Amino acid sequence: MRLSMDLELQDIPGQLMQSLEPFKEYKGNIISVVHHRDRKTPRGTVPVQIVFEIDPSNIDNVKKHLEKNGIVVVRAGEDRFIEEVSVLLIGHVVHTDLGDTINRIDSTGFAEVEDLSLRMPGIDEPSSAYMRIRATGKEEIGTSLSILRKVGAEKDLLVIEPIEAEKI
Amino acid sequence: MREVRISLVGFGIVGHGVLEVVRRKRELLKKTGLDLKVVSVTDINGTLYDQNGIDPQMLHGARTLEGIANMDIIGKEAIQEVDSDLVVEVTPTNIVHGQPGLGHIEEALSQGKHVVTSNKGPLVVAFNHLKELAQENGVMLKYEATVGGTMPLISLIEKNLVGNDIRSIRGIFNGTCNYILTRMMEEKYTYSYALTEAQELGIAEADPTYDVDGIDTAGKVVILANSIFGMDAKYDDVQVTGIKDVTSEALNLAWERGYLIKLIGDVPALKVKPMLVPRRSPLAVGGTLNVASIETDLSGTITVTGLGAGSIETASAIVSDIVSIYTSRQIDA
Repeated sequence: MRLSMDLELQDIPGQLMQSLEPFKEYKGNIISVVHHRDRKTPRGTVPVQIVFEIDPSNIDNVKKHLEKNGIVVVRAGEDRFIEEVSVLLIGHVVHTDLGDTINRIDSTGFAEVEDLSLRMPGIDEPSSAYMRIRATGKEEIGTSLSILRKVGAEKDLLVIEPIEAEKI
Repeated sequence: MREVRISLVGFGIVGHGVLEVVRRKRELLKKTGLDLKVVSVTDINGTLYDQNGIDPQMLHGARTLEGIANMDIIGKEAIQEVDSDLVVEVTPTNIVHGQPGLGHIEEALSQGKHVVTSNKGPLVVAFNHLKELAQENGVMLKYEATVGGTMPLISLIEKNLVGNDIRSIRGIFNGTCNYILTRMMEEKYTYSYALTEAQELGIAEADPTYDVDGIDTAGKVVILANSIFGMDAKYDDVQVTGIKDVTSEALNLAWERGYLIKLIGDVPALKVKPMLVPRRSPLAVGGTLNVASIETDLSGTITVTGLGAGSIETASAIVSDIVSIYTSRQIDA
C-alpha cells in the first residue's frame, strides 16, 4: 500500500538518516524523499515528505519508532491530499470566527486547512492569518479558494492568494 | 536624412524630459537617418514655436511657458496651426474622461500627424476609437510609455514575440505601490509611515489615491487588454483592490513562508489585487521597479523589469516610439 508521511526534522546533522532508519527496519520501500530545507517552519524545523510502500499493519510501528528518535510526525496516512495552496487573510480574522472560516474549508471533505499562523498586533487592529490548504486535486484547490473569497467578502477580510493559483 | 518635426503638447515632468532627451541624443539618432526637431512646445500658457528646433537651454530652466510662449494658441488649435509631422502628447492624465489628451490625440490623428503619448487617460477611455482613427488617416499611434515606463513591453510583444499567442501578462505596473510594500516589509513600517516616506521622496503624489487604490494599475491593464488581446475593455470592467489594507504584519508573515505581497495587474483576467508572490519568482522585484511576465505559447514565459516612471526614463520610451514609427516598413511601403 502506498502511503505518505510529513515529518519535521531538527536542522542538525544525521537527522535525515535517523528518519529513514525505521522504514528499513519495517521493510518499507521508499518511493521518494523531499527535503524542504528552503522552507523551514517558524519553529526552525525542516519539513520532509516521504512517500513509501509498506504493509499497513506496520505503519504505527514506523510512527512510534520515528517519535522515539525525536522526529515530529505531522501527518501519516494515505496520500489523499496531493495539492496545496498558501493564502493570507487580513482583517478581523479572529473576531469574525476563525473557527468557522476554517470549518468552511474542512467541511468540504476534499480540502483541509493544515497549517495556520496568526499575527495580532493589538486590540481593534487588523490581524493577519497565513493558512496552507491541502486538497485532493487542482480543481478542489480552486473551489477552496472560491469558498475563501466568499467568506472574505462576508467577513470583510482581504484574501491574498498566491500568484500561481491563478493558473489553476 | 529625414527631418521629423515634432510638436510637444504638455510641458510637465515628462515634457521636459522629452526636450532634454531629444537634445542629448539628436546627433546619435542621426545614425538612424532621422533628424528629430521639436518645433513647438505647448502648455496652458501658450505655444513656443521655432522652426529650427527648440533648444531646452533657451528656456533657462523655466518650468512653464508663462512669459516665454511666442504664440497665443493652446491645445487643439496649436496642433492645427503648427506645421509638424508628429505630436508628442504628454498632458496630465485623466482616466474618467481622458481629456484634454483625448481631444489632442483625435485632432492630431485627424490632421494626419503621427502621435506618441505617455498619457494613459485617452487610451483607457477610447483605445479602439483612436486606433481606428489612426488607421483611417494612415498614421501611427504609439504608446509604449503608458505601461511600465521605460520597460519595453508593448514593442517587445509586437516585434520580438510576433507569431506567439500571448496567454497572459501579469506584473507590477505601479512603482509607488511597489515602493510602499517593499519598505513596509523591509523596515516593518506601517502603511501610513511608508506612504509619508514615499511622498517626501517624491515617489508618491500628495493625493496618493490614484496609485494606492490600484486605479493607475487598472488603467494599464485596460490598455494591455485592448492593445495586446484585442479586447474592448473599459476601466469599469476591471476588478480592483488596492494596497491600503495590507499590513506590515501580513507582509512579514508572508515572508516567513517564502512569499512577498505585491500589487499584481492581470491581463486578460482584468484583475488588480495584492497577491502572494514567491520570493524567488522573477516577479519578486523591490523598490520602485516595474515588472511583467508574458506567458506565450511558443517562447514560454518571458519576464522584463525596469523603471516604471521618471522624466528621462519615460522620455526614452517616447523617443524609441518616434524612431520606430519612421523605421518600420509599414510606413516606408
